[in-house]
Amino acid sequence: MVSQSTTPSVPVAGVAERDRPGAGERVREAVVRSWRPVALLVACLLAWWAITAAKLIKAYLVPSPAKTLQVMGDKTGYLWHHTWVTTYETLLGFVIATVVGVLAAVVMVYSSAVERTLYPVLLFAQVIPKVAIAPLLVVWLGFGLAPKVVVAVLIAFFPVVISMVTGLKAVDPEMIQLSATMGAGPLQTFAKIRFPASLPHLFSGLKVAVTLAVTGAVVGEFVGANEGLGYVIQQANGNLDTPMLFAGLLVMSLIGVVLFVLVEFAEKLLLPWHASRRGTAVTTTY
Amino acid sequence: MAEQDASHGGSVRLEDVAVRFRTRKKDVTALRDVSLDVAEGEFVAIVGPSGCGKSTLLKLVAGLLKPSSGTVRLRGEPVTGPRHDIGYVFQRAALLEWRSARRNILLQAEMRRMPADRARERTAELIAMTGLTGFEDAYPHELSGGMQQRVALCRALLHEPPVLLMDEPFGALDALTREQLNVELNRIWRETRTTVLLVTHSIAEAAYLANRIIVMTDRPGTIAEVIDVGLPDERDYATTMARPEFADATGRIRDLLGAASAAD
Ligand SMILES: Nc1ncnc2c1ncn2[C@@H]1O[C@H](COP(=O)(O)OP(=O)(O)O)[C@@H](O)[C@H]1O
Ligand SMILES: [Mg+2]
Repeated sequence: MVSQSTTPSVPVAGVAERDRPGAGERVREAVVRSWRPVALLVACLLAWWAITAAKLIKAYLVPSPAKTLQVMGDKTGYLWHHTWVTTYETLLGFVIATVVGVLAAVVMVYSSAVERTLYPVLLFAQVIPKVAIAPLLVVWLGFGLAPKVVVAVLIAFFPVVISMVTGLKAVDPEMIQLSATMGAGPLQTFAKIRFPASLPHLFSGLKVAVTLAVTGAVVGEFVGANEGLGYVIQQANGNLDTPMLFAGLLVMSLIGVVLFVLVEFAEKLLLPWHASRRGTAVTTTY
Repeated sequence: MAEQDASHGGSVRLEDVAVRFRTRKKDVTALRDVSLDVAEGEFVAIVGPSGCGKSTLLKLVAGLLKPSSGTVRLRGEPVTGPRHDIGYVFQRAALLEWRSARRNILLQAEMRRMPADRARERTAELIAMTGLTGFEDAYPHELSGGMQQRVALCRALLHEPPVLLMDEPFGALDALTREQLNVELNRIWRETRTTVLLVTHSIAEAAYLANRIIVMTDRPGTIAEVIDVGLPDERDYATTMARPEFADATGRIRDLLGAASAAD
C-alpha cells in the first residue's frame, strides 16, 4: 500500500465489507470449514454401527449405537441430572483454576523470588498423578462436591499458569520502555499493555484447562461419589451395563467439546483483533 | 534543581559517557568517551556500524539506561530515570494490535492523563499532518509498514515533546515509502521545531534530514566525526540530492564507515 498523503480521505478498501460478511456467505463458510470433521465423525459412527451389526464383537462388550441411543432416550432424566453435577464440578474447578492461576502468574512474573519459589512446587504438584491423590482428598474432604472440584482445579491449574506466565513475558520489551517514557506507572502498564497482550496466550491455556477440568471432575467422582457421570460409569461397569457405560462416555466427551467451544467463542468475542489476525481468508489464495 | 542552561542552549548533552553491559558470559563496552551537545531545535542524525551503541545512546537520553560513567543532560536537567518530555519511535512500530490507529495514538494521552478533548484535537491534527486520514479506525494488521510507522510517529508527537528520539524508524520500509516519510519528517521538523535525534542506517537519509551527522566507530562505540551538513532547513528531495553539500556529506560518511557498511 503506497501512502496517500496528498489525497486525504481515501476509502479503506475492503475493511468494512470484510468485517460484515452476509449471512449466506457465513453459512457457506461454516460448512466449508466443518464438513471434514463432521464427515470423520459420521465415518466413525458408521464403523461402530457396522462392527456391532456384523456381530464382530459381542453385544455385552460393545453395544450398538442404536442401543446406546435408546438408553440415552429412556434414562434422559437420570443422565441429565448426573451430567449437570459433573458440569457444575467442572465449571467450578475451571473458574477457580483460572482465577488462582492468573493471579499466581502475575505475582510470579512481577517477583522473581516468588517465581523461583513457586515454580518447583508447581511442577511437583503437576507431576503427581491426580488419580493417586484423589482417594486422599476424599478421606480429607468427604464424599461431597469439594474433592471433585479440588481435583479439577489441580489438573486445570497448570496450563493456566504456564500460558499466562508465557503471555506476560512475551510482551515486546520496547512497548514496556515506551510506556515508561509516557510516564505510565506499573499498574497502567499492566492494565493497558501487559494484560491485554497476554490474553491470546492465556486463552490457548484455558482451552486445554477446560477439557482437563472435565477429566479432573470425573476422576474425583470415580474415587468416591454418589452422583455425577463418573458415578454413572462406575455403576454401569459394576452391572455390566455397557449401553449405559457408553452413554456416559458419550455425554462426558460432549461436555468437554461444548465447554471447549464456549471458551473459543469467548476468545473470539473478547479478542476479535487476535482472531482476525489468524484470519479466515483476508484475501483468497490459490 | 533545573538550572537554566541558557548559555549552552543545550537540548541534549552527554559528557564523557561510557556504557558497559555485564552479562554472565562477558562484559561488553557499548559506548566509550562519548561527548555530545545538541542545540534546541537541531536535527542530528547518528550513523555507524551495527552494534556500535546507537540504540544505547538514545536510551541514555531517554533515561531508559543508566550510563556506567559520565553524565547525561536533557534540557539542562540531569537524566536520572525515564524521561517523559520526549517522544520515542522504534524500528518496529510497536503498536498495540487490539487498538485502532487512532486509539494507538491516544495511548500516549491516556498514560499521561491528558484532557480528553485536547487529546482528540491533537490526534486529528497529527492524522491529517501524516496522511493517515481514512485509516483512523484501521487496526495495525490492516496497515502497511509505512502506515504503521506513521501511527508510531503520531503517538510520539502527541504531547508535543521538545525532543524526539527515533531509532531506525524507517529501517524496515521499502525505498519509496522511506523517501516519502523522509520528506514528511523534514516538514514536520520545520513546523514543530522539535529537537530530533535520528539513528539511521541510510547515509542518504542522514544527509537529507540532518543539520549534523554523528558518525560512530565500531564497538566500543565512540564518535569518529561530527559532520556539518550545511544545507538549508527546507529541502526539496530531488534538488537536495543533487547539491554539492549533500555529496560532500555522504562521501565523507562513506569514507569513514568504509565501503562495506556503506551499502544501504
Ligand atoms: N541489555 C543489554 N545487555 C547486554 N548487552 C547489550 C544490551 N543492549 C545492548 N547490548 C550490546 O551493546 C552493543 C550496542 O548495542 P546497540 O546500542 O543496540 O547497538 P546499535 O543500535 O548501534 O546496533 C551491542 O554489542 C549489544 O550486543
Ligand atoms: Mg539499534
